[in-house]
This record gives sequence, C-alpha cells and structure tokens, in this order.
Amino acid sequence: MIAETVLQRTVAGVTVDVNGEGFFLHPEQWSEAMVPELAAAEGIATLTERHWQLIRLMRAAYERDGTGPPVRALSKTSGVPIKDLYELFPKGPAKVAARIAGIPKPRGCI
Amino acid sequence: MAIAAKSPAEQPAQRTDTIEKVSIIISQGSLEGAYPGLIMANGARAEGIEANLFFTFFGLDVINRKRIDHIKVASVGNPGLHLATWVGGVPGVSSALTHYMEHKMGQIDMPSIPEFVAMVADSGAGLYACKMTVDMFGLTMDDFIPQVKGIITVGEFYALAAGGQIIFT
Repeated sequence: MIAETVLQRTVAGVTVDVNGEGFFLHPEQWSEAMVPELAAAEGIATLTERHWQLIRLMRAAYERDGTGPPVRALSKTSGVPIKDLYELFPKGPAKVAARIAGIPKPRGCI
Repeated sequence: MAIAAKSPAEQPAQRTDTIEKVSIIISQGSLEGAYPGLIMANGARAEGIEANLFFTFFGLDVINRKRIDHIKVASVGNPGLHLATWVGGVPGVSSALTHYMEHKMGQIDMPSIPEFVAMVADSGAGLYACKMTVDMFGLTMDDFIPQVKGIITVGEFYALAAGGQIIFT
C-alpha cells in the first residue's frame, strides 16, 4: 500500500478525514445527511431514487463485509444493468458511489 | 499530515497526475491474448477513464460474431502451460484447457469473453476494428458484433487516441 495522504474536508458542517482520492478514511464519520453535498461534488446535481438505492447498497455491503462491491458485483446485487450504472455515475459507478457512501474504494479488477 | 480543509467542489479537480484516456490495442485471438486488454479497458471505465479498444489481426476474432463464442487458449508454443509441446498439439487439448481456464475464471466471477465484451461496451468503451486487417481477411461490418462502432484506419486510431495513453496487447 502507498502511504495514505490525509486531507480534511467539511461536509454538511462536519469535518471529516479523506484520502487523496476523496475516500473517507473513517467511515464512521459519515452520515446520510452528507449524501447530497458529496453527490454534488461528484457532479451529480439531482439524486434519484436509484442513486440512493446504490449508495445505500454500497454502505450496507461495507458494513456487512468491510468492503463495497466493484462494478460487476454492484450490478449483480442491485439488479441495475452495467449501462444504467454508468449513466447514473459516469465517472465510475462503484468508485463514485463508494465515495458518496463514505466507504473505502472497492478493491476488485472486474 | 493534515492539509487545510478543501471545499468538496475542489476535490475531484485537484489531482493532475491522473490518466484521463486510454486506447487499448488487442492483436491476439487467443483467450489469454484477449482477456488482458478487456480487463484493462473495463478497469479504466470503472475508474472513470475514457477507453477505446482497437482490434487488429487475430484480435478481430474477439469481435467477430461467428468467432467470439469460440476463443480458445493457445495450447501450442505457450511455455506458461508447462506442457510438452507435442501434448499441446493433440486434438482436443486446446478445448480442454479452455474449459479448465473458464472454470477457474468463473470461480473468481470473471465473465466469459462474449459477456465481457458486451460489458465493456455497456460501460461506454468504444470498440473499433482495424481497417487494414479487416480488408486483408475480407471482412465487413456485418461480420462483427453490433457493439462495434466502426472500421478505422491507423491514422483515425491515433486521432481517437490523441491526448491519452496507448496500450498494446
């Protein structure tokens, strides 16, 4: 592992620690109230029900397994087709949803 | 090390050492020749990196609608298999090894070649065939899977690749 950069940012009035890629270093600092602001920072102006579904799924997977699913597994577990995932999160579905869900970057190659 | 607070809006733009675009050439029609380029393209899209795939020579089999379901492990001249050369040439060995590899890859949830190609296209990567080899093999757009966006020249490939990284596999 590369030495982690620690940055601080304020989201919904709370100071949180993130790494150089913007992933939460302490997922317990996250709350659902931060989601709209985190999503806006990713260029997602309007959060749809489907965005919420995927963000909550990432969070639940992390709390259960200690990691969020990469794209293919996210598509399988959510039932949302790959094409739709990329329309919802054009800059990388698993990566961006994980950043908004306040969890570490999913580690998978597929 | 703590750095002064950044506003969320500044966050994504602050990194300048990132790759924004990749163009990946797939030149081989074997299973082990096709997967690396597909994995690199899929991984790029998952990172939000723009990706284009350029299929040339026997790599064209990977987007050929008649060949895509029959991509096999090269069992001859493949020292990585640790088999005597003559064994690799025995009829059925290539198919058997392909089944074995597909089984191993299924265990780690690796998609089959047809599924993987469709998935990479669905992720927004562009699929292109090389004009020179398409002409050489006497192929047309009708020979390719519908996800293929076009048959392009080397010059058009470089124009498409401009400003990004090129990976040859």
